Amino acid sequence: MSEKTVATQETQTPPTEAALLPPVDVVEDSAGITLYADLPGVTKDRLNLRVEADTLTIEGQLNLAMPEGMEASHAEVSLPRYRRVFTLSRELDTEKVSAEFDQGVLMLRIPKTEQAQPRKIAINVA
Amino acid sequence: MYRSLFPRDVFAELDRLQREMQQAFEVSPSIRGFGRGGFPALNVGGAPQSVEIYAFAPGLDPATVDVHLERGVLSLSGERKSTLTAPNEKTIAHINERFAGRFRRVISLPDDIDPNAVTANYRDGVLHISVKRRESAQPRRINIQ
Repeated sequence: MSEKTVATQETQTPPTEAALLPPVDVVEDSAGITLYADLPGVTKDRLNLRVEADTLTIEGQLNLAMPEGMEASHAEVSLPRYRRVFTLSRELDTEKVSAEFDQGVLMLRIPKTEQAQPRKIAINVA
Repeated sequence: MYRSLFPRDVFAELDRLQREMQQAFEVSPSIRGFGRGGFPALNVGGAPQSVEIYAFAPGLDPATVDVHLERGVLSLSGERKSTLTAPNEKTIAHINERFAGRFRRVISLPDDIDPNAVTANYRDGVLHISVKRRESAQPRRINIQ
């Protein structure tokens, strides 16, 4: 099992607008990485996932139905968007990323490339 | 299931710290103690005809969430299952920030609400509770005779 850094956060991406950092879980198994992110209030059409080179960007806009004339009296979710950026490592196959989004929870599956999958190496005894 | 023993990198930790600071200091704390950063996050707003509560509780089965209104105090409780279960030697949790476990949050509502006119909807991971204000408390225009 490789112990390489798989998904570290990148800080140099210039955030044009302030955004909330959604909490995530990242789990690695021998075949790939699964990422779960909490993005409550984001509809599917306002969720934006991008992989550019080795950077994964998760962005979402909140879309809440609010009655007219509402004034916020207490707000813990105080910005209307989420953003989080991860750097992917080389053994991950960015062509085969799959995503599911259900009730505000994003599940991303990033498999490892064939070459990076673990295999048992037979030891030849002379 | 193994947990990373040491933080992988300083920037990830700083980001987490920033997120916690953001949640801890941006708005004044509530009278019910240090609820900030709790699960689910709550937004509350007042409209002329209603009080709107938004609970940001993604990934729940709405049937398992308890919403109670008693004497003007609204409480939400339930449980969120961890996605990191399935103990397996081959899996490693690199980041574990999402809430898991039982939760309960309580807020007091204004006096002029009508406890019989409450609706709750769960959509996109947000539980939206709308409580109507009593008819007699709603703003109205008074005609001069």
